[in-house]
Amino acid sequence: MSSNSLRTPLGKVKGLGSAKSGTHHFLVQRLTALALIPLTLWFCFSLASMPAMDYASFTAWLQSPVSASLMILTVLVTFYHASLGVQVVIEDYVSGHGLRLASIIAVQFVCALLAVVGTVSVIKILIGGAA
Amino acid sequence: MAWNDKRPMSPHLQIYKLPLTALLSITHRITGVGLSAGTLFLVWALVAAASGPESFATVQAVMSSWIGYLILICFTLALYFHFCNGIRHMLWDIGKGLDLESTKKTGPAVLIVALVLTVLTWLVAFAAG
Repeated sequence: MSSNSLRTPLGKVKGLGSAKSGTHHFLVQRLTALALIPLTLWFCFSLASMPAMDYASFTAWLQSPVSASLMILTVLVTFYHASLGVQVVIEDYVSGHGLRLASIIAVQFVCALLAVVGTVSVIKILIGGAA
Repeated sequence: MAWNDKRPMSPHLQIYKLPLTALLSITHRITGVGLSAGTLFLVWALVAAASGPESFATVQAVMSSWIGYLILICFTLALYFHFCNGIRHMLWDIGKGLDLESTKKTGPAVLIVALVLTVLTWLVAFAAG
């Protein structure tokens, strides 16, 4: 056992090393947050400046390629950010290994599903307008 | 049994008045979870708009009711709070404003800016129609 190793004795015995992904969650949480700064402002003020909150205005807004692209980006980044955030909350408050893991997986599945459903809807609105 | 230990007790959540910093911290979490749930509403609106005018009419009816407006305004406020406090968190992450004096200034600033952005957004909304 070399004396200059940074690994703990327990870590060595269990034979489990770093997964090389320790900072990934932290970084992606911040990266998605950073992306959401302009996207949130765009989303809120676009919706607010709509002439009416009806079907015609809403679909006309999303039938522009720029709006549709930004909306898809907003949906994807929001659900990624949400799943990372809710994961941390679950890790902090849900005790019991099985329940915690099951909750985190469930949240990730639901977020992925909603992100895809949202994206497909935006694409349908976009293409529906061209037909 | 009477409590006769003279040593200071650790803060007990039910009797300890949370300082603003702690209150904003837990509010960031609560709004984060609330906003995550609120995204269901966004997906519902998108699906309805993709499904046709009849489906979207239901969304519009819910959103133009007083409870719909109440939810939307609360959602906007929660969003802007999380937005502003999130920026505060990211500044902390790069080592800016992490001292006590700065946090005492940026805490109330977060609340004020979140409120201003909410009022501004809704002024635009009501002006647009």
